[in-house]
Amino acid sequence: MNAMAMGLESAATSSVLDIRDLEVVAQPAGQRILKGVSFSIAPGETLCLVGESGSGKSVTSLTVMGLLPKGSLTVSGGSATLEGDSLLDAGPARMRALRASRMAMIFQEPMTALNPLMRVGEQIEEVLVMHRHKLGAAERRQRVLEMLDQVQLPDIERIYASWPHQLSGGQRQRIMIAMALILEPKLLIADEPTTALDVTTQQQILKLIKELQERHGTSVLFITHDMGVVADIADRVCVMRHGEVVETQPIEDLLRRPRTGYTRQLLTAVPSLRPRASREVTDREIVLEAIELEKRYGERSRWQRFVGKASQQTLAASDINFALTRGRTLGIVGESGSGKSTVARCVMRMIEPTAGGVRVLGKDIAGLGRAALKPHRKRIQMIFQDPFRSLNPRLSIGTSLIEGPVNYGASKESAMAHARELLELVGLPGDALDRYPHQFSGGQRQRIAIARALAMEPDVLVADEAVSALDVSVQAQVLGLLDDIQRRLGVAVLFITHDLRVAAQICDEVMVMQKGVVVEYGPAERVLGSPAHPYTRSLMLAAPGRHWDFAAFRPLADAPIDDASVVVSSGP
Amino acid sequence: MFSYCLRRTLAAVPVMVVVALFVFLLLRLSPGDPAAIIAGDMATPEQLDRIRETLGLNQPMYLQFFNWSGDLLRGDFGTSLMSHLPVTTLMAQRLEPTVSLALLSMALSVIIAVPMGVIAAWKHGSLIDNAVMSLSVLGFSVPVFVIGYILIKIFAIDLGWLPVQGFSRISEDGVGAFLEHAILPAMMLSTIYIALIARMTRASMLDVLGEDFVRTAHAKGASEKRVLFKHALRNAGVPILEVIGTGFALMITGVVVTESVFNIPGLGRLTVDAILSRDYPVIQGLILVTSGAYVLINLAIDLSYALLDPRIRYQ
Repeated sequence: MNAMAMGLESAATSSVLDIRDLEVVAQPAGQRILKGVSFSIAPGETLCLVGESGSGKSVTSLTVMGLLPKGSLTVSGGSATLEGDSLLDAGPARMRALRASRMAMIFQEPMTALNPLMRVGEQIEEVLVMHRHKLGAAERRQRVLEMLDQVQLPDIERIYASWPHQLSGGQRQRIMIAMALILEPKLLIADEPTTALDVTTQQQILKLIKELQERHGTSVLFITHDMGVVADIADRVCVMRHGEVVETQPIEDLLRRPRTGYTRQLLTAVPSLRPRASREVTDREIVLEAIELEKRYGERSRWQRFVGKASQQTLAASDINFALTRGRTLGIVGESGSGKSTVARCVMRMIEPTAGGVRVLGKDIAGLGRAALKPHRKRIQMIFQDPFRSLNPRLSIGTSLIEGPVNYGASKESAMAHARELLELVGLPGDALDRYPHQFSGGQRQRIAIARALAMEPDVLVADEAVSALDVSVQAQVLGLLDDIQRRLGVAVLFITHDLRVAAQICDEVMVMQKGVVVEYGPAERVLGSPAHPYTRSLMLAAPGRHWDFAAFRPLADAPIDDASVVVSSGP
Repeated sequence: MFSYCLRRTLAAVPVMVVVALFVFLLLRLSPGDPAAIIAGDMATPEQLDRIRETLGLNQPMYLQFFNWSGDLLRGDFGTSLMSHLPVTTLMAQRLEPTVSLALLSMALSVIIAVPMGVIAAWKHGSLIDNAVMSLSVLGFSVPVFVIGYILIKIFAIDLGWLPVQGFSRISEDGVGAFLEHAILPAMMLSTIYIALIARMTRASMLDVLGEDFVRTAHAKGASEKRVLFKHALRNAGVPILEVIGTGFALMITGVVVTESVFNIPGLGRLTVDAILSRDYPVIQGLILVTSGAYVLINLAIDLSYALLDPRIRYQ
């Protein structure tokens, strides 16, 4: 931390949160998780805590809240003060009194952060019940309704009486925000509050937090791994790595003149929103084709027909047409519920399409039975989102890799030899064959998952959000690997993602889906460079940090699409 | 909600029909002539004929079934071969001791086991947790009657606080006398359920305490008590209810032993007596009543899931 910054903050009592040399160790091994973390937040300021997984940013926030998992993590040194009150010396009762009233927290997963068996209104009201004993029931209800209105929920009386499962992710996050801010705490800790949300919802939630922050003068400690979000909301940024603060700078300075190599590396790893130059078409053979593909859910059961229940069918995907040629990458982008994963699963025949055809190398596999399908299964292989769950933890890497080929008649020895080559191809040592998934990091596991898919020598790889769970630097490596493999083996890739930055960097063609239908389909350069459909434009506009060229450390002279062009043509 | 209840209730009907069919076939398919089984080894041909006549055994099988189930629906479960009393009368006499004992035992189990499990989960890995877990292993492994005799030795013989055996009906002697006689049998009967429910409560609570919304509750400043009982326990409820339901169903076997140890005139004793004397109509009636109770309890449990969890309610 430089002298000037220290000078600005040295009226230390004026800062809302002040953390000095905070150390946390893991029990019982005594491994140091936080190694002397220091930063402070001024009133009304937004400080972004940035770092990759394992950097200790969440541990820092949980320490402040006094919510470290008991017995496994303990504070071993340093101080944390909230408006002059030491948080580390406060007893349990004092900490309970401080929570929600002077510091509050919202979490990453709005889907699981609310008690599923309590009406959301009651859950907000509970804060008042615990901290404002004098309020009567009617007053409490009134306060909650006001707060629901402040977080801009519609039809607040109905929302008050709703159960969490009846609300969308964005609505649940609004409930969490209402709960956090109802007592007007001085400090709001937001731990990746928008990571699990769609971009357009993310944009709304970020805007809401900003508005409420200005209205109540709240300081915000915002934890995120997303540089785009940082660029949009931060006043100052604190970069963490391996339990240490790497650098703390005002946002402009950090983005323009990062002081450390690590921050530079983080920034350059952010994929650009500007689509890469299109690649030359080398092979025109169509390997995968979808023809008027449709998936309909909600056929009535016999009982429902018997009691005359109205049919509630949902078209998860309808009239999907695309053709993927050898060696190319087609991206399907869209928000949750757009049907992109449904299409991927239909193409894989993991679920049965209700109409239309899927052609793999010209052969329609949509109606094939189990046995007839088998020879075609190996032509098309999948890479899943979460590398921590997609590999069987009880099987060695070698066993996982040869399972498919052996099922298709390869001998164990030849399959194992091939597996060794594949591991080298994805950049892992051959001796990884005898090890188990838990011995690898997320990025390495995703490489293994890619090797597993390649072991079948497929013509098409279907990657469903295959890099979404990875840190940006690892994400960049895995994307590079996919690109490299594609060039070497000529495999075609169907790439499902919600992340337009990733899509812009890897796709040749892009198909944008919304509510089960394709709204735009064409070369990536055109669809993402100059989108024609209002929905694609709204997605591009919602992409956080779209005005900034991170890798070049400067703002974009011309944002990929600008706001004006949308206002003009956003009509139907 | 209404549709859910209706569906669940209707689903119980075919189950009961299958049970009835099974009970009907129990007598008809046992090796040898049912009339001979009923009449015993020393019966004359005339006696056999008379028995066939009264049981309708000379009619075709399907007719027999329809007649028999028609009788059942009218509440006629037949007549005991031994006492010549209607089966319904016999069972009615024995119903109260068994039901009141079962309910008392279950209440006792839940009241003791749930807090034990909650505290064990809360203090996970501590001395209390280990103590609860060890006790529950003990509860599982010691045979029910051994526990019964130990209880009698301590509380009835050595301390002389409670009667050694016998039973008092609430309907005749009031709650006080009932509890005096029923508390030892109930303790004996509930040991295994305390063990079972405490373990399940602990496991289920441990799962729930790791959930995000529990962290949210802490972040709101909720007290430990509030987090445990208001937020966590209800969410942990479905598996706990499941065990309580199954426990109730299994309790009938425990009741047989308990009633023998404490000499209680309940359905368990009636069952034993009926089996020993091959009193088929009584056996049939008892099976029907107990399986009917199983089905009802399961139905009640299913419906209580819906009360507990709005997500089930709106399916």
